[in-house]
Amino acid sequence: MLLRLISPLMNVVDLPMRALQRRLGISRLAWVFLLPNLLLFGTFAFLPILLNFAYAFTGTDNILLLDRTFVGAENFAQLLDCDSYLDPNTCARDLFWRAVHNTAWFIVMQVGFMVGFSLLTALVLNREIKARGFFRAVFFFPVLLSPVVVALVWKWVLQRNGILNAGLEAVGMDSVVWLLDRHWAFFWSVFLSVWAHMGFYTLILLAGLQAIPRDVYEAAVMDAAGPWRTFRRITLPLLMPTMLVVMVLALIKGVQTFDEIYAFTGGGPGSATTFIIQYIYETGFGGAPRLFGPAAAASLLLALLLVALTVIQLWITRRSSNG
Amino acid sequence: MTPTGYFTKGAALAAMLAGGAASAQEIRFMCYSDGNECEAAGEIIERFEAENDGVSVVIDKVPYKAILENLPVQLAAGTGPDMAKVTDLGGLSKYYLDLAPHVDRAYWEESFGPILDWYRKGPDDDGIYGLHSQLTITGPFINRTLFDQAEVEVPGPDATWDDWAEATRKVAEATETPFAMAIDRSGHRIAGPAISYGAKLFGEDGTPTLVDEGFTTFAQKFVDWNKDGTMAPDVWGAAGGTTYQDAAQEFINGELVFYYSGSWNVQRMDSSIGDAFDWEVVGSPCGPAACTGMPGGAGIVGFEQTQHPEIVAKLIDFLAEKENYADLTAKSLNIPAHAAVAAEGVTYEGASEQAAAALNAFAAQVPTVSPIAFAYQGYKNNRAMFNISLARVSQAIVGELTVEEAMARAKDDLAQALAESGE
Amino acid sequence: MANVTAFLTRTRGRGRLHWTDWASYAYLALGVFLMFGPVIWLVVSSFKTQAELDRFPPRFLPYAPETVQLDGHAEPLPLFRVTDGPLAGETVAQVRRIGLTSQVVRPEAPGEVVKINRADRVPVERVKPALENYRTLFERFDFMRYFWNSTFITLTATAITLLVNSMAAFALAKYEFRGRGAVVALVIGVLMVPQSVVLVPLFMVTREFGMLDSPWGVIIPGAATPTGVFLLRQYMLTIPDEILDAARMDKASEWKIFWRIVLPLSAPAIAVLAILSIMWRWNDFLWPLIALSRSENYTLQLALNSFQGEMRTEWSSLLAMTVLTLLPVALVFAFLQKYIATGIASTGGK
Repeated sequence: MLLRLISPLMNVVDLPMRALQRRLGISRLAWVFLLPNLLLFGTFAFLPILLNFAYAFTGTDNILLLDRTFVGAENFAQLLDCDSYLDPNTCARDLFWRAVHNTAWFIVMQVGFMVGFSLLTALVLNREIKARGFFRAVFFFPVLLSPVVVALVWKWVLQRNGILNAGLEAVGMDSVVWLLDRHWAFFWSVFLSVWAHMGFYTLILLAGLQAIPRDVYEAAVMDAAGPWRTFRRITLPLLMPTMLVVMVLALIKGVQTFDEIYAFTGGGPGSATTFIIQYIYETGFGGAPRLFGPAAAASLLLALLLVALTVIQLWITRRSSNG
Repeated sequence: MTPTGYFTKGAALAAMLAGGAASAQEIRFMCYSDGNECEAAGEIIERFEAENDGVSVVIDKVPYKAILENLPVQLAAGTGPDMAKVTDLGGLSKYYLDLAPHVDRAYWEESFGPILDWYRKGPDDDGIYGLHSQLTITGPFINRTLFDQAEVEVPGPDATWDDWAEATRKVAEATETPFAMAIDRSGHRIAGPAISYGAKLFGEDGTPTLVDEGFTTFAQKFVDWNKDGTMAPDVWGAAGGTTYQDAAQEFINGELVFYYSGSWNVQRMDSSIGDAFDWEVVGSPCGPAACTGMPGGAGIVGFEQTQHPEIVAKLIDFLAEKENYADLTAKSLNIPAHAAVAAEGVTYEGASEQAAAALNAFAAQVPTVSPIAFAYQGYKNNRAMFNISLARVSQAIVGELTVEEAMARAKDDLAQALAESGE
Repeated sequence: MANVTAFLTRTRGRGRLHWTDWASYAYLALGVFLMFGPVIWLVVSSFKTQAELDRFPPRFLPYAPETVQLDGHAEPLPLFRVTDGPLAGETVAQVRRIGLTSQVVRPEAPGEVVKINRADRVPVERVKPALENYRTLFERFDFMRYFWNSTFITLTATAITLLVNSMAAFALAKYEFRGRGAVVALVIGVLMVPQSVVLVPLFMVTREFGMLDSPWGVIIPGAATPTGVFLLRQYMLTIPDEILDAARMDKASEWKIFWRIVLPLSAPAIAVLAILSIMWRWNDFLWPLIALSRSENYTLQLALNSFQGEMRTEWSSLLAMTVLTLLPVALVFAFLQKYIATGIASTGGK
């Protein structure tokens, strides 16, 4: 129905596009396809990032750029001022480096679990199972919840008198104050973030699995190729473009983890689950003192780190898919 | 035409249509609520609208987050509402509309006196900017029933924090209650106790110092109490950063003997505890220097960029009229900041005896507040100081830093914040 | 090991249940418990009063104390069961409680007050959903208006996102041109910087365009999602170029190729992006909070979060609102997820 509605519209667009195709040639037509997206990007994504640079190199607590004074690389210098980058206590901005360390550990744990569980779930959900739509919805549901609600629900489970402790006591084990212990708090933060976002990646992988033509599998059965071989030789390589999306997104979103953990542990105990975005948020926006300059500088350092990580990731995938 | 251009025009058109339909004198009031303050104010504002033809006031109820984070950005960019209920009283002072030309100065000064200072830009400023609609004061709630069960006497008005710690520990032990004491996780909440232990917070010339011997003494005591289990460790220990965390749930469930919070929690205690146990409000415990709580709260202010300064001023003045102010206080279960209203006492509508007694007990503590606490509440960068003390003391509690290190870090943080704000 | 991998590779069952089928159903059952259990808990909790939500340890179902109306007492009195003492085993109504003593009456003899120890009684409760949580939502504010605002923003933004992103993804996937690498790098670069960090500059830019406090101020800035471009491009890469070339031989224009061939073949990825975009827009909170300040423009998420005060959150209203907000997206998901299973696998190939 919707298609029938759009169809005439698309036909109307076809006329000017044909004219453009004749004038520009096919390769330059690509830019016409890109144009609307790039305009929106340029204005609402890239420009704000450039403005962020302006904040990073200026001082005072004014929000309006024109009222700020130029301070050069001072904000970066303070963030990077450390005797040893491995020990946050020796840094001038110790909380920033604590956040960096926590984030590093967090993505190592979280990305692995996230990709692993979403792949497993996508493979199971792609089988001919009963009530497939229901099960897909079940795994996707947590993605729909707002961060405060996700945090609230898991606090109910994990608090001193929560459901989990009630369960442990019922089977004769000691209860634990989960969020008071830095290691447990960290573990549950990883768990919570995988729980809340797994559905997102599962969905992407599910679509990717659909792109693998069935006849390829049938050919594999004819060749009597073993199942493990089929998975390694057919499913995985053909799923690779989608896997790449999932891995890159999981990494980037992992580093950007913020709202639900902030509502869940507040970054505690102490600063055990404080990640970089929370540091930036609390420094710059989440109430006084509003240090826009240092916050912007930290966000640029973060972006730099992400670019580096993505380049490494793309390089590794390219190499492994070639070899 | 790019989609952007097209839609900007569409938006402009929509705005025009909306503007044409709206009243010529529309006032926007951005309000957040910890209970029913916006509704209570709304009822009074309806009376104002009835008296003033052609004026319509729209209350935009927002999450507190919008007031804390977005309002300053909007004001700096020259947008935002005509008036708002705010908590960062000093921090936003540069955007306030001076009501003085439109209102009776003598009435305001007589009624609100020194609280007007909290809204001013500095000592030389004598403008009238805001109506303190929600005066709060920090203080302890105690579970009276647990004291009775344990047959421990409730410490008297001169009792120190140490006396209370000892008494509540005894009660907790005797009644098998999990926790003796708890203080909300907030930099504002520990300010009172710290001042009682001799914290000066400001130097002789008025520059903020935050950390001194008195502050460190209390910080050390507080950290020790968290470690030995006198204080419920879940409150300060299990959260991080500048997150606010209360212990109301623990108190409501009878798991806590002594809960240091404030007057805004009376309503919640009243409705959630119900018949489960008897609770009371007592005076703030003492330290060597004072027995003080910390005043606070929120107020209604107008902004300079409004198109209708007279109407905004008139409306705030209307809310400040004695009957209206008394009405607002009674409905929202708050302590009055208005001298005459406070002197007459407020009859709280629909509140239980216990709740009314608690509110009156809190109100009785207002005159005993230490001048340092009063000045701290009025200082424009106090929010920065609250957040710094909160984050650093927490780190000391969980053992990431020693108390000494935490205090040194807090000093650095304060220096950075002050440098950035140009002081 | 071989069996495990059979389970990993197979896409269809073979009539009878193999143990790998049992394994996947076991996994799904665990998934339902872990993923769906908390959601159920949430829905049930939205029917609890604030006092019940504050209770330790939490109980699954919403309970309310049973009360009774007796002669000579104006208010309904709460019922208790007596566990010890002379009245043990009886159900009584409590008149008042002073300290550790509770004054009760038996419903048969409402005039006769008996004193018992407060420890010797337990409240009589029954399951009673607090429907008032939902009722007050409709009484207190203009729910339908927020619903309409959310729907308008979500649908318009999703339509724009799908069109603009798929065009860009098509260009990046199916054309060789100078500067392509740079554009891909730009897309990924924009992905890197989280929105929460650029809120203030974005606010300034949007203000310059005069789009604040209008639905377009929420729709336009987020329309060109880098995630969407990236996702669709990677999917379109898997479409064989031969199909496009065959169409070109038939003199199809590039635009026709895009929307008659590439778009239908990308249906699963587009369905995914549609679901994600709808979900993002419907649940978006941070940006609308700063871009919209007039309550007539509010979305459901803004209204929902207005229950959060400085020191207190009205969880009972917030949870009820969450459930109401959740329903439409859940339905949309149920509808759209079917399209994920239609793609090259079922239309092309054979």
